[in-house]
Amino acid sequence: MDFNDTPEEAAFRTQAQAFLAATCSPKAARKSAERPARMEEAQASYLARAKAYQAKKADAGFAGLTWAPEHGGRGLAPIFSVIFGQEEARFDAPGAPFTIGLGMCLPTVIAFGAQPHKERYVRPALRGEEIWCQLFSEPAAGSDVAGIKTRAVRDGDNWRVSGQKVWTSGAHYSDFGLLLARTDPGAHKHKGLTMFFLDMRSKGVEARPIHQASGESEFNEVFFDDVVIPDAQRLGDIGQGWSVALVTLMNERLAVGGSPGPDYQDMMAFAAGALAADGKTSLLADSAFRQSLADWYVSAEGYKLGRFRTMTALSRGQAPGPEASIGKILNANRLQEITSAAIDAQDHYGVVMGQSAASDLFLRSYLWAPGLRIAGGTDEILKNIIAERVLGLPADPRADKGIAFKDLPTGA
Amino acid sequence: MNFDFSEDQRQLRDTARRALVPFAGAAREALEGGPGSELGGLGSGMWSLAGEMGWLGAAIPERFGGVGLGRLELCVLAEEFGRILAPIPFSSTVYAFAETLMACADEATQAHWLAQVAAGKAIGCLAASEGAGTVSPGRIEAALRGGKLYGSKTPVADGDSAHAAIVLAKDESGGLRLVLVALSQAGVSRKVLETLDPTRGHAELSFDGAAATPLGAPGSGWGEYERACDRVAALLAFEQLGGAQACLDMAVGYAKSRYAFGRPIGSFQAIKHKLADMYVAIEVARSNAYYGAWALEQGGRELAQAAAAARVAASEAFTLAAKENVQTHGGMGFTWAADCHMFMRRAKLLAVQIGAPGVWREKLVRALEQSNQG
Repeated sequence: MDFNDTPEEAAFRTQAQAFLAATCSPKAARKSAERPARMEEAQASYLARAKAYQAKKADAGFAGLTWAPEHGGRGLAPIFSVIFGQEEARFDAPGAPFTIGLGMCLPTVIAFGAQPHKERYVRPALRGEEIWCQLFSEPAAGSDVAGIKTRAVRDGDNWRVSGQKVWTSGAHYSDFGLLLARTDPGAHKHKGLTMFFLDMRSKGVEARPIHQASGESEFNEVFFDDVVIPDAQRLGDIGQGWSVALVTLMNERLAVGGSPGPDYQDMMAFAAGALAADGKTSLLADSAFRQSLADWYVSAEGYKLGRFRTMTALSRGQAPGPEASIGKILNANRLQEITSAAIDAQDHYGVVMGQSAASDLFLRSYLWAPGLRIAGGTDEILKNIIAERVLGLPADPRADKGIAFKDLPTGA
Repeated sequence: MNFDFSEDQRQLRDTARRALVPFAGAAREALEGGPGSELGGLGSGMWSLAGEMGWLGAAIPERFGGVGLGRLELCVLAEEFGRILAPIPFSSTVYAFAETLMACADEATQAHWLAQVAAGKAIGCLAASEGAGTVSPGRIEAALRGGKLYGSKTPVADGDSAHAAIVLAKDESGGLRLVLVALSQAGVSRKVLETLDPTRGHAELSFDGAAATPLGAPGSGWGEYERACDRVAALLAFEQLGGAQACLDMAVGYAKSRYAFGRPIGSFQAIKHKLADMYVAIEVARSNAYYGAWALEQGGRELAQAAAAARVAASEAFTLAAKENVQTHGGMGFTWAADCHMFMRRAKLLAVQIGAPGVWREKLVRALEQSNQG
């Protein structure tokens, strides 16, 4: 049992560090400061910075680490992606706009696209010249994503697409989108789907930002009004869209880095400077607070050390399994507890904005945390995954089996 | 990165698991037959097995008759003992008694007692508590005067069967000291205690002028005791982990085979999510326990924080898994015949044995504050 790299991993880490040190500035503050800073930076300037960084990263051979060399990758084992991600997290390395494209969309293009498509699209995406988004979720199809309604109707060598997608990150600045559409409503839910990709600037595509519960706008609704997509941009066979979508979702790369908001360290720092309910002693000396702090630490360590165990498995050449689902359950729920406790600790005054950067971060994260328990698989769906794929429990009996999609009850 | 047990250590686990198969009913037998029953308990088949297999001396140096392996091997064994609710005084003898002697006894004392432990001839225990409440320096009344020990300790895990105890006591200067006391002498009396978990022995030990050998330097008692608890915590976390995993395995097995409303109850999300919650708690405990194991093996200053986190997580996981295992089994789970209650009993015993969860949460935060400063 040790925390050391193999000689090969260590050599790679050194190369990654050298590249990052030469290319990016070290992260100024703790990670919790990252989100608000990113949200406040003008989008255009952030995107330009991100594209410039991605091009350097690709040219230096650190993009597409696990991809085959014929697609511009290095053909390395997943452990090297994790190592690069660990080092990258220490720097102000703006990679967010490419996460979905490179993590999910392009692997799907590589797996199902025709040779000319791969030659045309993979390299520009890898260099950050073109950004991709993923168009799966719909207003009536979230956890049950196979229940999408967006229709694609054959029209000679083209398809005509109408409908609506939702929760699409980056749709408004993306160049291309991976689109799951229904081509046969008379077939069973999972059988009538087909996968396409399209130019996001096609006529009839409109992205509108969603005003979130937190007050911010990070996602979009995307409307399709008789949008024409050439049949040549179909990925996989007609009616095989669900199998293609599963490949996309499986390619969701190992999220790199820690939890996405204030964590136990921030609470500890905050408590050291705050007063307990008696108005005299430090909150950090309050025994009830200390008991909770211990639990948050154990959960945060459980996540961090669990990733070390995953890395060990990757290092041995094993594939990451569905057990990775527990990370998001832990982090999202801890964030919700921590932000709520930070407000409670200050009693009525806890709701007042503008006291300090730390307290504002807790307030904003309190409103943002519920989204984390939903995005990318709700707690409930993740628990189903653990129960069925890790523990081997039987699947739910389904009410939608053997019924044509058009005949399914919708509650509408 | 190799944050897992080695191939040899995993082989040890498989060997131990296979060797313990005949003892699957030992805890039940100890529950119903009382101490000294054939499969479990002192003088039983399982205790002999632990000696024959070299488990008792796994971490004891070869020059004292041990096998000379490390603490990671003890962690592996602890998980297996936890899984089958081993009704033997292994934790007291090995994690508490032998490990503490290795940390602070002189060579001659080690040579004598460690050889006895490794040979399966001596059972040891650690005696600190003097009644209700958390053990703390100001509450210790047991006293060492002129090399003799006076006072009483209760409850003492495995104090009913132990040949020797390491006792936390005041010395003449008022400082605390760990002392070693042979229990088969005049001046020692014991009263066997009935507890929540009858598969593990407990006693009240009373000392009235018993000969005692001080361990470590004068005034070192509290520090040595806390470090002893850290080591026990790191190892006990693996017993708790094994127990929690056994509960989850039982609950999953039952949920697949028990039908209600025309389907296996494991197909209901109410059950799935309950079992997924148990799994998550166990994974958190496992990751923290592995770090505790690493810190124990290193023997450095990370141990206090790592052991506390391992213990908090493991107590939480075992407590949750034990109670939700009963719930998953429904009415069956509430019967004497089902094993569920035995895990409920053991989960609570292990959660309080060297300090309740709240005590360890506080220790964890103190360690965090220290590591922030240093």
